[in-house]
Amino acid sequence: MSVRTGIFHENYAQEMAILNSRGQWGTVAVLLVILFACPLFLSDRMLTILTTMGIAVVSVHGLNILTGYCGQISIGHSGFMAVGGYTSAILCAKLGWPFWAALPCGALAAGIAGLLFGLPSLKIKGFYLIMATIAAQFIIIWIIIQLRSITGGTDGLLVPKPTIGPIVLSSKTNYYYLVMVFVVLATITAHNIVRTRAGRAFIAIRDNDLAAEVMGVSLWSYKLQAFFIGCIYAGAAGSLLVHYVRFASIEQFPFMDSVWYLGMLIVGGMGSTAGAIFGVVALKLLEELVTIAGPVLAAAVAPQAAASLALISQGLIIIIFLIFEPRGLHHRWELIKVYFRLWPFSHQETD
Amino acid sequence: MTFFLQLIVTGLAQGMVYALIAIGFVIILKCSEVFNIAQGHFVLIGGYLGWTFLVPFGLPIWAALLAAIAVAIVMGLLIERLMLRPMIGQPVLAVVMMTIALSTVLGGLATLLWGAEYKAYHGLLPTITMKVGEISIPSESLIGLIVSLICVVLLMLLFRYTKIGLAMRATAEDLQVVQSVGIKATTVYAASWIIASVVGVIGGILLGGVSGANMDLALIGLKAFAVVLLGGVNSIGGAIVAGIILGMLENVAAGYLDPLLPGGGLAQVFPFFVMIIVLVFRPHGLFGLAHIERV
Repeated sequence: MSVRTGIFHENYAQEMAILNSRGQWGTVAVLLVILFACPLFLSDRMLTILTTMGIAVVSVHGLNILTGYCGQISIGHSGFMAVGGYTSAILCAKLGWPFWAALPCGALAAGIAGLLFGLPSLKIKGFYLIMATIAAQFIIIWIIIQLRSITGGTDGLLVPKPTIGPIVLSSKTNYYYLVMVFVVLATITAHNIVRTRAGRAFIAIRDNDLAAEVMGVSLWSYKLQAFFIGCIYAGAAGSLLVHYVRFASIEQFPFMDSVWYLGMLIVGGMGSTAGAIFGVVALKLLEELVTIAGPVLAAAVAPQAAASLALISQGLIIIIFLIFEPRGLHHRWELIKVYFRLWPFSHQETD
Repeated sequence: MTFFLQLIVTGLAQGMVYALIAIGFVIILKCSEVFNIAQGHFVLIGGYLGWTFLVPFGLPIWAALLAAIAVAIVMGLLIERLMLRPMIGQPVLAVVMMTIALSTVLGGLATLLWGAEYKAYHGLLPTITMKVGEISIPSESLIGLIVSLICVVLLMLLFRYTKIGLAMRATAEDLQVVQSVGIKATTVYAASWIIASVVGVIGGILLGGVSGANMDLALIGLKAFAVVLLGGVNSIGGAIVAGIILGMLENVAAGYLDPLLPGGGLAQVFPFFVMIIVLVFRPHGLFGLAHIERV
């Protein structure tokens, strides 16, 4: 087994290590190899699914830092993705910037938009903040429609093929590799951001903002930092999405996506990097299942059954998780790991 | 001037309906501190229920209204018992996500049962035409105004003179005291959900009678949030005043500014601008209780 019984940390470096045994390093290495070998044996359709999953993972990591760690609930994440996506689309399509330069600019623009709409969070929390972020989503989309001359309004905007130096990322396989590199980078940074001073401040704010302020954690600074970081992730994801489809339109960033990103976080388990990935994979798989089952159901029951199945199944899955598994898949996974740590000798301490 | 007054009058009638929907939201919030994102979907269901009972069933208007209210009561009861009861004492995010999930399930049910189609039934509600000087008051708006007023008065009477109304007001005041004198909080929660769903369904029938039932009715819920925030989340009177203000402002803003803006559609986002402004400058709204928190 790769899971060790007991902790044998002998120095600070070992204490701080994320992966602290050869077995864990091996597992991660095997997973990475499988991840990057996928295009060799998977069909184009599967690659598309994995790519959209990857983009969602990048976005949900941001939301996890903002909502899962800092406790600032945002239902406008897809709006911030739109800011990132449109910024890099405009830079590429209208100004002829290269893709590698436009993507960070898009991420930065989304971060700044996040700062702007995060400002009310200094004064309000809970439900009021939810309302402010919902408003942010609709206002951002409205502004994009208004700026027709540069964004193309409701018609959308064609984006040229993304290139990095001499490499043209035109095939699904190429883009899959790019997205997976981003997923790995985003996961590593997200996991490490929450281990820094800022990350601990976020957790303090989430658990009790008054106590955090009393202990000298500056709410003003750290709440805005959380919004900035969370929205940078969203911007990068939005930019990846727009360049993947090679078309920017407001239909790519609907309000319901913002809701589903939160749903993914709940299903996966809030406040855990692995949870964000679990949640994305689970809900995206459900979405695919619905896409497959939809036409069958539509033929068997009624034509509108397919559309309603998507809504009802996603709503129900969130309701079920909230009632029966409020700490998400990640928590269940931890319980399973604890169970198997000493298996078959089941005597052990529980958490 | 006539144009302006016309906008104001239309806005007033629209605002009354917003207020009616917002009241449902405020009642749930006051009694159980649950922010019901699905309020707009009660309106959606109401709009389609109105069509179902009026057109395929061919019921007279009063019977249709009663039937819709009966369905609304069952719906409110089921939602409270199955979804919100397990959420008592959970963090804000969990409860809000629950009501969001509820809203998608309701949206899905509406799609399944009515096919997300546009169902028109205007002309079936009784018509009263009125003309004051140059301004014509559309019949549907007048009906909306009258029904909303009746509902508000009925609710006021309920809170003032009935036992459950008293229990609800007491729960809004202090949950612990209410429990210690033997009032069942869960009954109060159930009552608040029933009232909210009935009020939403009535609002849905009124709006459906004007614009026809379609999936966009759910968006009214978002406007109701702006109304609630402007009026103060725990004030029923505030919801009424803010509803009227927002209805008028929205019509005037859209009437004058839409021709100037290339994309148009200001009426759709106007409530959100109001929301942001209120949240930044006066988070407790016009008549809400200020929540003071100092470090």
